[in-house]
Amino acid sequence: MQVTSPHFKSNVTKALNDVNLQKAMGHVQGGFIQKRVAAANALPEFEALRDAARDIKNHTLAHIDLYLEAWERKVIAAGGHVHWAETAEDARNIVLDICRSLKAKTVTKGKTMIAEEIGLNEFLEEKGITPIETDLGEYIIQIRNEGPSHIIAPAVHVTMEQVVDDFRRVHTHLDPNRSMDDPVTLLSEARDVLREKFLAADVGITGANFLIAETGTSVIVTNEGNGDLTQTLPKAHIVLASIEKITPTLDDVAQILRVLARSATGQDMSVYTTFSTGPRRSDDPDGPGEYHVVVLDNGRSKMLGTEFQEMLRCIRCGACMNHCPVYHSVGGHAYGWVYPGPMGAVLTPSLVGVDKGGHLPNASTFCGRCESVCPMRIPLPKMMRHWREREFEQHLSPPIARWGLKLWAFAAKRPWLYHFGAGIKGPLLAWLGRKNGRFTTMPLAEGWTRHRDLPAPQGKTFQQQWKARKAA
Amino acid sequence: MSSRDAILSRIRRSLGANGIDIDRRATVSDRLQRPPKGLIPQRGQLEQSAKVDLFQTMAERAAASVTRLKDASEIPAAVSDYLRSKNLPQAIRRGSDPRLAELDWSSQPNLDVSIGRSAGGELAGLSHAFGGIAESGTLVLASGEENPTTLNFLPEYHLVVIDAEDVAGDMETIWARLRAAYGKGEMPRTVNMVTGPSRSGDIEQTIILGAHGPRSLHIMIVGA
Ligand code: SF4
Repeated sequence: MQVTSPHFKSNVTKALNDVNLQKAMGHVQGGFIQKRVAAANALPEFEALRDAARDIKNHTLAHIDLYLEAWERKVIAAGGHVHWAETAEDARNIVLDICRSLKAKTVTKGKTMIAEEIGLNEFLEEKGITPIETDLGEYIIQIRNEGPSHIIAPAVHVTMEQVVDDFRRVHTHLDPNRSMDDPVTLLSEARDVLREKFLAADVGITGANFLIAETGTSVIVTNEGNGDLTQTLPKAHIVLASIEKITPTLDDVAQILRVLARSATGQDMSVYTTFSTGPRRSDDPDGPGEYHVVVLDNGRSKMLGTEFQEMLRCIRCGACMNHCPVYHSVGGHAYGWVYPGPMGAVLTPSLVGVDKGGHLPNASTFCGRCESVCPMRIPLPKMMRHWREREFEQHLSPPIARWGLKLWAFAAKRPWLYHFGAGIKGPLLAWLGRKNGRFTTMPLAEGWTRHRDLPAPQGKTFQQQWKARKAA
Repeated sequence: MSSRDAILSRIRRSLGANGIDIDRRATVSDRLQRPPKGLIPQRGQLEQSAKVDLFQTMAERAAASVTRLKDASEIPAAVSDYLRSKNLPQAIRRGSDPRLAELDWSSQPNLDVSIGRSAGGELAGLSHAFGGIAESGTLVLASGEENPTTLNFLPEYHLVVIDAEDVAGDMETIWARLRAAYGKGEMPRTVNMVTGPSRSGDIEQTIILGAHGPRSLHIMIVGA
């Protein structure tokens, strides 16, 4: 996927003026946040499980080479194939070779962020192979020719009216005057259209939430069941996974699963959690004839041993963006690449370079909500600060003045964000001014503060204020 | 150097490890041989009948329907009743699971029972679960001829039988049972954990049941 992160400023301006986007983003704020809190509160051990999940991934990262080797042995023993890809290009070519060896014409795809990261769809199309997205959200953005704007809800920026227009435009075999006035009708239309594609596909490509070293298993977690049809019906199943998906044992996965769905959608478990080990067996009437895993590095091994290592604990739940006031205001596309929100602001510069993605960490109010909800306890604000420092060292600091003020002006007009913004201003200023008692920089209003030196307020932390405000 | 070696050696360089590191290897093989159990929530740690009740509550909360049967012999009639209640044709597809095969299906002369994987056209499929997880109301299904994976996903209505005694409190207990059944470090080709019928929230974040998998999930718990 093309990187437009360097144009973050103009992306933001565009986003703030996009009526449909602003309408659609209204759906993020309420649902995800309330559902997560309810699910977390219903499990007394939730906070302790976050610690356990963090510790498991820290242990894994410290031994990641050895767990990958152990996992590979098990995959091969189960009759599967492991392909190591250093770069996005390597990964694309590996997938293409497998597709060509099977003379594949169409490829169904379950939701995979790695495929977005390596730009797989465009590449396959160029080579004459038709990729078909089967997750409803991914399908919607594919027919709109867009990238995802959220890691678990890729079409969150699209309104229902837009989906209706897109379906009428693309599903030309159906009656143009059919009624399409509710989401249920739209879902069954997509289901019917895609059912035929599932049955006809030659190859199915999915991502992986986990790779399990103990058993050589890949795991997908979905609600629609599309990933399962994608991987069960075709001749070959290709799993795209990055190296940090490795997890030692089944028990370790059980621990992390308890925080994954709760943090993502507020479910105790997603509808389908599927553990796949190797290709079809002799006594099995179902399953792919071939099972391949493409294990991708693409810059991650270089994050190990640095201040960004902890980012590799990320399980892609999306909680950080669901709770981010900046993400709520500008949506995911403004971030200019595959990974939006706080996790994207940290990961994008790591993977595409600080020159291209290095100013995304400026899109932060440092309010700390992302870290407070991250199931893996990733210190996202701290890492964004690291990037800001690096960017500064490299003299890459962009002029971020006006878009920042615009963003705040926008927030001030929205009751929820205003409420939020009002609570945050004090501690934000307090943090920034901590060193010398003066406030000389503000991530979203640098141009403004360049001319004004404000006294830093003293005060409670954001979280204290947030709780007090909620209780009030 | 192969991509594999390049990636692994870059990882080792970043970690400051050298690959023959005896301690790290011992740690890894120990964890793989004796997986630590981790933190098990209290929620599912109940005596068996309370576990089964919790399983039912949680499955219903995930939008599955549940019936309790005293004995496996009641399954054919229960299947027929369910199909009737949904205005479906009296036809069901199942795998070769002996626990389903030994039932007296002739007691339901109008019910057409066919055997094998799903080709996509069946309205209703019947499976026997490997187990269940009370903590989250999750069914655990293992792939194979006995319970083909396609039956879990292609038919619009998925009916699943589970023996009450196979309901576990937590996922970790299921792992222990799978290791006992399939061998340590071994897995069936696919283990499906299913919690409620399929759904999507991709249109304006409104959850709608019946995405690509079954629109309805009906669980029959057999035994007390
Ligand atoms: S950084 Fe944390 S909250 Fe954000 S997606 Fe990753 S695991 Fe979830």
